[in-house]
Amino acid sequence: MSEIVPPEVRPKPVVPAKPSHVAPHSSGPFVPSPQGTGGEGRGSALLGYIGIDTIIEQMRKKTMKTGFDFNIMVVGQSGLGKSTLVNTLFKSQVSRRTTSWSRDEKIPKTVEIKSVSHVIEEGGVKMKLTVIDTPGFGDQINNENCWEPISKYINEQYEKFLKEEVNIARKKRIPDTRVHCCLYFISPTGHSLRQLDIEFMKHLSRVVNIIPVIAKSDTLTLDEKTEFKQRVRKELEACGIECYPQKEFDEDMEDKSDNDKIREAMPFAVVGSDKEYQVNGKRVLGRKTAWGVVEVENPNHCEFSLLRDFMIRSHLQDLKEVTHNIHYETYRAKRLNDNGASGGNRKNTD
Amino acid sequence: MIERPDTAVSSVARNLEGYVGFANLPNQVYRKSVKRGFEFTLMVVGESGLGKSTLINSLFLTDLYSKDYPGPSQRIKKTVQVEQSKVLIKEGGVQLTLTIVDTPGFGDAVDNSNCWQPVINYIDSKFEDFLNAESRVNRRQMPDNRVHCCLYFIAPSGHGLKPLDIEFMKRLHDKVNVIPLIAKADTLTPEECQLFKKQIMKEIQEHKIKIYEFPDTEDDEDSKLIRKIKEKMPLAVVGSNVVIEVNGRKVRGRQYPWGVAEVENGEHCDFTVLRNMLIRTHMQDLKDVTNNVHYENYRSKKLAAVTCNGVDATKNKGQLTKSPLAQMEEERREHVMKMKKMETEMEQVFEMKVKEKKQKLKDSEAELERRHEQMKKNLEAQYKELEEKRRQFEEEKANWETKQRILEQQKLDASKTMEKNKKKGKIF
Repeated sequence: MSEIVPPEVRPKPVVPAKPSHVAPHSSGPFVPSPQGTGGEGRGSALLGYIGIDTIIEQMRKKTMKTGFDFNIMVVGQSGLGKSTLVNTLFKSQVSRRTTSWSRDEKIPKTVEIKSVSHVIEEGGVKMKLTVIDTPGFGDQINNENCWEPISKYINEQYEKFLKEEVNIARKKRIPDTRVHCCLYFISPTGHSLRQLDIEFMKHLSRVVNIIPVIAKSDTLTLDEKTEFKQRVRKELEACGIECYPQKEFDEDMEDKSDNDKIREAMPFAVVGSDKEYQVNGKRVLGRKTAWGVVEVENPNHCEFSLLRDFMIRSHLQDLKEVTHNIHYETYRAKRLNDNGASGGNRKNTD
Repeated sequence: MIERPDTAVSSVARNLEGYVGFANLPNQVYRKSVKRGFEFTLMVVGESGLGKSTLINSLFLTDLYSKDYPGPSQRIKKTVQVEQSKVLIKEGGVQLTLTIVDTPGFGDAVDNSNCWQPVINYIDSKFEDFLNAESRVNRRQMPDNRVHCCLYFIAPSGHGLKPLDIEFMKRLHDKVNVIPLIAKADTLTPEECQLFKKQIMKEIQEHKIKIYEFPDTEDDEDSKLIRKIKEKMPLAVVGSNVVIEVNGRKVRGRQYPWGVAEVENGEHCDFTVLRNMLIRTHMQDLKDVTNNVHYENYRSKKLAAVTCNGVDATKNKGQLTKSPLAQMEEERREHVMKMKKMETEMEQVFEMKVKEKKQKLKDSEAELERRHEQMKKNLEAQYKELEEKRRQFEEEKANWETKQRILEQQKLDASKTMEKNKKKGKIF
């Protein structure tokens, strides 16, 4: 939401339609025409300029003032470059490794959840970014149920939000600690998904938005990369695992085509780095090996820039919305149903 | 060993006066061995996707695992299997029977406890086969299928060893020569690689894991080389059989958009070091260490457990190094002790039995006495009763007699009166 949305693009979410005599759908957050999603509205043409489209500017100003939260969780075995990638994504030292630097930290015996918050600012927009790390995941000899602490944590955040929401006197702006996005790091074996990966994603794809990424992808040559990606996609499909962006939440053709392109390119093969090297006169982020420099932001070398554009530049708000409208609602409905009392009514859960 | 003090066996180097010809001995050995051919068994262990099959192909420059016979990595395994594939390769007239033992499924499940057990069982079974073959009467053919070397692949995380790595190496370092390798080393930059190696060596020392050590040689040149190799442990390898053209030369390597990682370039990875070490210089040493150290360990453990039957196996471990005489002495002493113990036991049992019997006798005596008493009492009571009855009887008798006398007296009186009456009567 850091750029001014041109009038043609409809912002989301979709709010129930207003009667058709309202001005053409292209401006403002309301979809006026019940006839269709594209094309011109059937309303009468405006006789003059009203200024409804300035609502976008107003929203922008508001957001700039309040700032917004984004919570990202990184999951994967140790040594896959999770912290480095997060640092690279947000171009600052935001991961847990930097706040408690210790290269030879012992692998924890159980999965721990560590979250680190930073406020970063760009173009006047403040973002409170929380990175939730999960050291110890998949590192033991016996990794049964290592996703449980993670699942518990996610549900706890939903619970917190729910509690705030059903309060009689609730805050104007509920602090949002729900996990908006979970980056799952796949080890670049080149063969297929590991049993642990499938189990984790099966258990968590219905609870949180999972974006699988292939870690340390500078191990794979181009052919190996495409083959591996294909195999991973097939396996995910075969197991019925739906990663973000989920097909069922595509709202219209435009969405679908955009998301289809993304889905074809997933899982993204990424390389992370926070060191800069000189290549051809430019300073680039990369990894220097004896046979060349792997440029992180070069789309021919790895798909980091794709991931970043996807996650931050186009789908950041969508991630938050899907979390709020779908995952959180599912949780809420389940909770309120389970509570037994008159279903759906507000009550003080205590 | 009997020593004769006057003619001490001295190894004084003597100069020969002519050409004898035993300098030809190595050649004879060489010819014999070449005819016989060599055997070498190499085991590769590591999680799937670490490039084990590719490395094997690169090492031996053959396609052990090709498109028609895909390696175990292409097949998904639910449990750990141990698979062996034999290949006969010839080079310069020398024939090598190479057996590659692969372990697909290792470390791939969610729960990997005991995934090393099939590997250990396999190695032990090969030792057992050799032991049996050795103990046979006809030992003409002794195929050596023992695992001579185990290449353990460590994932290039850059942090350190995983718990699974440590557990596995701890359990296998005294059964087979373990050589740890850093797989897919083209993921790491040179600095990361250095740090990683240091970290791994530190952890290996911490956990007292005995990886294969290169023997020290007297030769200066060689020892320099060996020291260099030791510094590079664990070796960071990259495997590839694909030939790529770089600057006009044809090299084996991996083509990336940012460059080509050459497999045989010493600056890129340690593959050449591994290959030289494994095949060109230390293959025989690996076999020797397997034969002299690991196999002997297995053998003594196995045989010690068999000969001292009845004695606890854990006790045997301390007796492994004693000579047979000492062992016999020990056995005799043990036997004597056992006898003594049995004796004392028997005595104890005897005493106990005697006590029991005595007790029983006492008891029965007491019982008899009691009965005796009781019977006497009974008798007395009866006697008294009878006396009583007799007295009564006597009394009655006395009574009756007196009654009788009275009656008689009366009768007499009556008869007297009657006679008087009769006399009177006659007068009438």
